[in-house]
Amino acid sequence: MQLFFQHLINALQWGSFYALIALGYSMVYGILMLFNFAHGDIFMVGAYIGFGVATALAALAALSALALPNWLILVLTILIAMYLTSFVGMLVERIGYRPLREAPRASAAITGLMIGIILETGNLAILGAQRIRFPSLIKTQVYDIGGVVVTNKKIMIVVVSLVLMLALNEFIKRTRWGMAMRAMAFDYVVIPLMGVPLNTIASLTFALGSALAAAAGILFAVAYPVLDPYIGITYGWKAFVAAILGGRGSVKGACLAGFLLGFIEIFVGAYLSSSLRDLIAYSIILLILVFRPHGFFGEPHSAKLRL
Amino acid sequence: MRKGLLFVIAILVLGLALSPCVWAKSKTIKVGINAPITGDIPKVGEGSKYAAEMWLEDIQAAGGLDVGGVKYMVDVVVEDNESKPESAAKAATKLITEDEVLAIVGPQASSQAIPAGEMANNYGTPMISPWSTNPDTTKDRPFVFRGCFLDPFQGPVVANFIKDEFGFKKAAVLYDIASDYPKGLAEVFKEAWEKLNGPGSVVAFESFTTKDADFSSQLTNIINSGAEVLFTPQYYNEVALIVQQAHELGFKAPIVGSDSWGSAETVKLCGEDCYGLFFSTHYAAAGATGATKEFITRYEKKYGYTPDDVGALTWDALRIVQTAIENTGKLTGNLEKDRMAVKDALAKIKEFDGITGKMTFTPDGDPIKCAVIVRISEKGEFEFYKSACP
Repeated sequence: MQLFFQHLINALQWGSFYALIALGYSMVYGILMLFNFAHGDIFMVGAYIGFGVATALAALAALSALALPNWLILVLTILIAMYLTSFVGMLVERIGYRPLREAPRASAAITGLMIGIILETGNLAILGAQRIRFPSLIKTQVYDIGGVVVTNKKIMIVVVSLVLMLALNEFIKRTRWGMAMRAMAFDYVVIPLMGVPLNTIASLTFALGSALAAAAGILFAVAYPVLDPYIGITYGWKAFVAAILGGRGSVKGACLAGFLLGFIEIFVGAYLSSSLRDLIAYSIILLILVFRPHGFFGEPHSAKLRL
Repeated sequence: MRKGLLFVIAILVLGLALSPCVWAKSKTIKVGINAPITGDIPKVGEGSKYAAEMWLEDIQAAGGLDVGGVKYMVDVVVEDNESKPESAAKAATKLITEDEVLAIVGPQASSQAIPAGEMANNYGTPMISPWSTNPDTTKDRPFVFRGCFLDPFQGPVVANFIKDEFGFKKAAVLYDIASDYPKGLAEVFKEAWEKLNGPGSVVAFESFTTKDADFSSQLTNIINSGAEVLFTPQYYNEVALIVQQAHELGFKAPIVGSDSWGSAETVKLCGEDCYGLFFSTHYAAAGATGATKEFITRYEKKYGYTPDDVGALTWDALRIVQTAIENTGKLTGNLEKDRMAVKDALAKIKEFDGITGKMTFTPDGDPIKCAVIVRISEKGEFEFYKSACP
């Protein structure tokens, strides 16, 4: 039983990365009906920007003898990196997708893949192929609760992820911008005629998705502090699977499916076979999609409210 | 007018054919380096490249390579294999067919050395892998050699060390099933450990696949199995993640590694989590003497950090190739014949005194040499702990 709870906690942490990244895929699809395949690499860029900000802040704190406690550095790092990465997202939309808005969907998908490669190799060119260690800002505390081992990092990761997801939900449900996004998701041809600027909403959506990806990137770097320019590929693709599983365009679905994906991966690895983990895990997901081709919350036809 | 032009062209063509640069070209020996400059283990590629640069410096300082009284200039061609098996085979083919190298040093990791070795053997080009410990690299391949000990030797060394040092009876193994080196070594270790402690004494034999970052489900199972020690023959980027996550999940027993830990990057990425851990390797930089010390000092001065085992082994491999080329006594200029001659000379080397220890070669092209157990000190340095000879 303890073992089960231990796996459950591991899965909760693992799933929160997928959920945060999947949100970006889903929101963009909701608005523009395209999958931003560069999203996984924006996650990577977010982690690297976080690395830069954290290093700079730590150096600043050491230099000026400024009494910045480490947890505050981490909070600031997350916020600043989210802010900066949102511009990367907007830039990707402006350069990569806006000129192709009327083009066939396949062109946009290919653009996404190319931007992803540019981000990876650009990083490789700037920082080199060496792995980077993310600074350990908070000292790891290990708590043993009745045989189940939890660390302060794990708790923080899950809590921060949930807070961000709730904040996004509130933003979409309660603000005017959120309302504009929902309207755009309803119909991006008619709504602009009513005076809602499509370009602004598209930028906003990319900014939000990228900010969440950046947060995921930094939380990921806190848990797995070895960064390389290609971390975005695998997790980007898997989060994309989560977005499909949750139902294209559904925010709620992306969160749930992200966690579900984490659970399936961890439990298959724990109880069935760690070497065949992905094979079994993704076969299960394929099976779910056979019975629910539109995912959990997706609609067969797109003329419905999705966000 | 036309005739005059033709004449000029004819003179030019003749001049080109007889020009000294054509002659000079045949006096140059090309040696290929097949290394992971980018990809998963770039530090390994860097170490290989630096060792080759230093070797080339020595050759140039001596005015070239002396083969049977003729001085040859040496050119080192570095080809990146992106630490991928398919790219390693491609890099080997390119070095052999396009760059026309006489011999190849590298690739380093077994997952790349095995496919590249096949290419080298098929094309009849001598290849020596400094760092690949998997038996398949040289097996049934007369053109392929290596500069280090093999996994069937390293596995028992680690098993014996754990048994003698700690007296443990239950061990766990965590390894990458998609990579030749960890997979091979994990299996060899399991066999050796069960020979020592009886069947079933490897209480957890868990795996993952390359690029995984989360090992929590495997580690939870390992902790639950009651293992007294964890053996994980992984590369440095994974070592950092595995060791940290094991500690975060409450694993307090020792974690032991293999020669793939011996990179200058291991401690940088892993930090304090790795202090006090042991691994088996080819040499220990701290406390070295003689030619080994000389190499380390020179490398440190030039590149600003202590060379890891890859650097030292690449150096030895290049010196072995150099010895073989010198031993041929004469190069014909016919690449095919010369490659054959170098291969024969390599196979004839019976003893070699390298900076990673004295070695003797078996008929298969594998050296017999001592392993070293290294402890990562509280300062993060690789300390010599004890030596294990076959």
